[in-house]
Amino acid sequence: MARDLGILVIVVLVLAATCQSAVVSPVSESHRSAALELFSPAHGSYGRLNINTLETHPLRIVFDSQIVDLVFQYKISLALGHVYLEETYEALKTFKVLGIEKKHAIRTSSCASVADTLKSTSSALKDFFDALRVNSILKCELNSEAVRGTQSRLKDSLNGASSLIDFYYSIGGLVLLKEQMSEVDVNLGDADRIFRSIKALGQSDGRWRLSSNNPESSNNAAGIALEALAGVISLATPQIDNSWVSFDFCSFVLANSMKITTLKNDILKLFDGIERYDDGTYYFDEKHVGARGHQSPLSSSASVVRGIAAVAAATSETLNLPGEKIMGLAKFFLGVGVPGSAQDLYHQIDALSYLENIRHVLWKLTSFRTLYNKAHPDLKIYSSDHDFVAALVRVSTLLGSPAPTLSVRLMQIFVSGSKDASVIDQELKFDAVSGMHVLETLPKNIDVGSYIFSFEVIFHNPEHKKTYVSGGRTRVLVHITGVIKIDNAEIVILDGDRGSVENQKKLKLPGDNAVALSANHLQKLRLSFDMSTPFGNAFKPHQAFLKLRHESGVDHIFLVGNSGKKFEIILVKASSLVLLLDFLGLVEKFFYLPGRYNIQLTVGDADMENSFLQPLGFVELDLPDAPEKATRPPPQAVDPYSRYGPKAEITHIFRAPEKRPAKELSLTFLGLVLVPFFGFLAGLVQLGANLKNFPKSTVPSTFAILFHLGIAAVLALYTLFWLKLDLFTTLKALGFLGMFLMFVGHKTLSHLASTSSKLKSV
Amino acid sequence: MGRSAATKDAHALFHSLRSAYAATPNNLKIIDLYILFAVATAVIQVAYMAIVGSFPFNSFLSGVLSCVGTAVLAVSLRIQVNKDNKEFKDLPPERAFADFVLCNLVLHLVIINFLG
Repeated sequence: MARDLGILVIVVLVLAATCQSAVVSPVSESHRSAALELFSPAHGSYGRLNINTLETHPLRIVFDSQIVDLVFQYKISLALGHVYLEETYEALKTFKVLGIEKKHAIRTSSCASVADTLKSTSSALKDFFDALRVNSILKCELNSEAVRGTQSRLKDSLNGASSLIDFYYSIGGLVLLKEQMSEVDVNLGDADRIFRSIKALGQSDGRWRLSSNNPESSNNAAGIALEALAGVISLATPQIDNSWVSFDFCSFVLANSMKITTLKNDILKLFDGIERYDDGTYYFDEKHVGARGHQSPLSSSASVVRGIAAVAAATSETLNLPGEKIMGLAKFFLGVGVPGSAQDLYHQIDALSYLENIRHVLWKLTSFRTLYNKAHPDLKIYSSDHDFVAALVRVSTLLGSPAPTLSVRLMQIFVSGSKDASVIDQELKFDAVSGMHVLETLPKNIDVGSYIFSFEVIFHNPEHKKTYVSGGRTRVLVHITGVIKIDNAEIVILDGDRGSVENQKKLKLPGDNAVALSANHLQKLRLSFDMSTPFGNAFKPHQAFLKLRHESGVDHIFLVGNSGKKFEIILVKASSLVLLLDFLGLVEKFFYLPGRYNIQLTVGDADMENSFLQPLGFVELDLPDAPEKATRPPPQAVDPYSRYGPKAEITHIFRAPEKRPAKELSLTFLGLVLVPFFGFLAGLVQLGANLKNFPKSTVPSTFAILFHLGIAAVLALYTLFWLKLDLFTTLKALGFLGMFLMFVGHKTLSHLASTSSKLKSV
Repeated sequence: MGRSAATKDAHALFHSLRSAYAATPNNLKIIDLYILFAVATAVIQVAYMAIVGSFPFNSFLSGVLSCVGTAVLAVSLRIQVNKDNKEFKDLPPERAFADFVLCNLVLHLVIINFLG
């Protein structure tokens, strides 16, 4: 949008009062380096990268590993040919806003693609729009034939458009054409009709629907619609020529101003639907998931900002937008930090640049460095994130450029937690070298504690007040800490009702103490000490506990400086802290456990530098015996690690083994068993058994021998089986041996049979 | 007198049996000897078990049954080989012996498996 309003919005960043993550800084080097990483071209065009998920287009999967380094893969791949124009435009726009010069590497292929797209008849409406957008940044040389063809295509689509997206692309394309090619005539004849048809899609709550059959409305569509309507207005402006004082012109101007008024009302209605966070951030979000998929608040808000900027550019009147909401939108966009995806970065940077064009927002960066306060060397200032800081305020614009001359004043200091405030009105000195405003001295009566400092920006040039948004007074939470002195610390055992001191021990706090006391249940224990700040004022800490821990592990915690039923406070001085323990009343609380109790004192505060937790010694308590119904002390927690430690060893009980006979007996019987065998052999001899029938000739004798060997082998196999083999192996081997034995045995026995039958027949 | 008569009769019976037995062929006598040997082994094993107890029982069974089994097989061999036995006239003794060997081998496989 060409109209430059010349208004700089200085963005004042305020160090948010909560935690480190809320530090919001204007656009800086981190954005630039992120842009270079995310928009890294490959295949001669820019792709869309997401650092977190590395989503890439399918054609560029090969180049993933090279994307991280910043050397461009400059490959003109005309074979693949397709340059992603939308992504290229996003990259180029982001680089332009951030001031990065990278265009030369991509120019040739992108221009070629733009020319191709405009020439081709098969390009879609979106392609024309994207090509013209890329051209608006690169300013390529275009064929006038192609340009005229594009213009006629766009005009035809506009006449036939029905959905909001079609209107947007065709009108947007015509506006871009008008900017780039002044000789092309893109004026709309029936601007009123088009205006009305776009408006017809709008709704009363300020949002727009994408088309008449889609009932869902969204802020994103509203942004698109505002851009389209602003485009209609700018296109409908006729060329200024000498005959501009004419009735047609006057009526036209009137109609235009009415259109602009309706647009302004639409914008105000849209702002009614804005959402906000508690810290003043404003943003636009979608209630329904539209047909275009889920639109994040970032893209919806960016779309709306673009729409508003387009309207602002189309008219010379000022849009009276509430400065607070502009500031809130700026806070939202900057609060994103550095986005991880290329598209988010584009939306953020684009929206910030348009916000700049609407109104300049002042961003105050308050950082506190070490403040050397000469008057009070004991005090140090901390901001809420506990860094050693001094009061420095840097004022700059949203995109990081310096602010006009102004001064920052510390207006008020509130004591945190209370309503009263002291009005200071002290101006911060401007250090031209670093560009920061420095708070050099603290006001006189500041003591240790938490405060809220309130800063305000005062412009030197009153004109700037109209064009800049400074966000009013900004508040920062500051802790002023110091070393707290503890005096007069003593622990005393008081005797019974009379209150006389039985045993008194002085303590050194903080320091090593080993106090040994003894008391019975009729006595009282009193602990008292004074706390004072470096200036001598009384100090009341947030935490002051006394813990009595029995040897069995049972704890009892008492608050020092508190009043309750069981113990009283005797305030000797306003600044001292006293704890009085009356054991008579506490006997039941102690579960009637006598014995040694270790004493531990804890004193601490956020503004106290020397908070401590210390053992003080022990006290031997003598308590009466517990009555029947007394509560038992709670069981102490089992060491959690013992649950997973080794368990007790299990001793297994085995069946008593059988009684085995003596070895000698077994061996005797082994011998006895063999006796019948020898008896058998002897009997055989006596009977005259012989081997006369053993075959004598070679072949039969071989078979006979093999037969006997085979049987022996089988018996040996059985022995092996008993010793170590298993059944299946044995059976396998037995099968083979059996085959062999069968064959051999058959041979032998048949030979023997034939021999004996021969004998018989003879 | 009665007693001595009984004794005399027993003696006479015994002698006649002995002489009759002497007439048996040698191979049958061998087989009988073998049977005696097997039974004696079984008896010794039973005596051992009686002394030391029946643990492990399967081993005892396997030992005893191997002896008994082989004795039974030898008995059947004797029946088949005996020439006086009309029933097995056509069965060649070599065939009976082959059966004896085979059955013994199977028996001993089972015994070894059961021995444990």
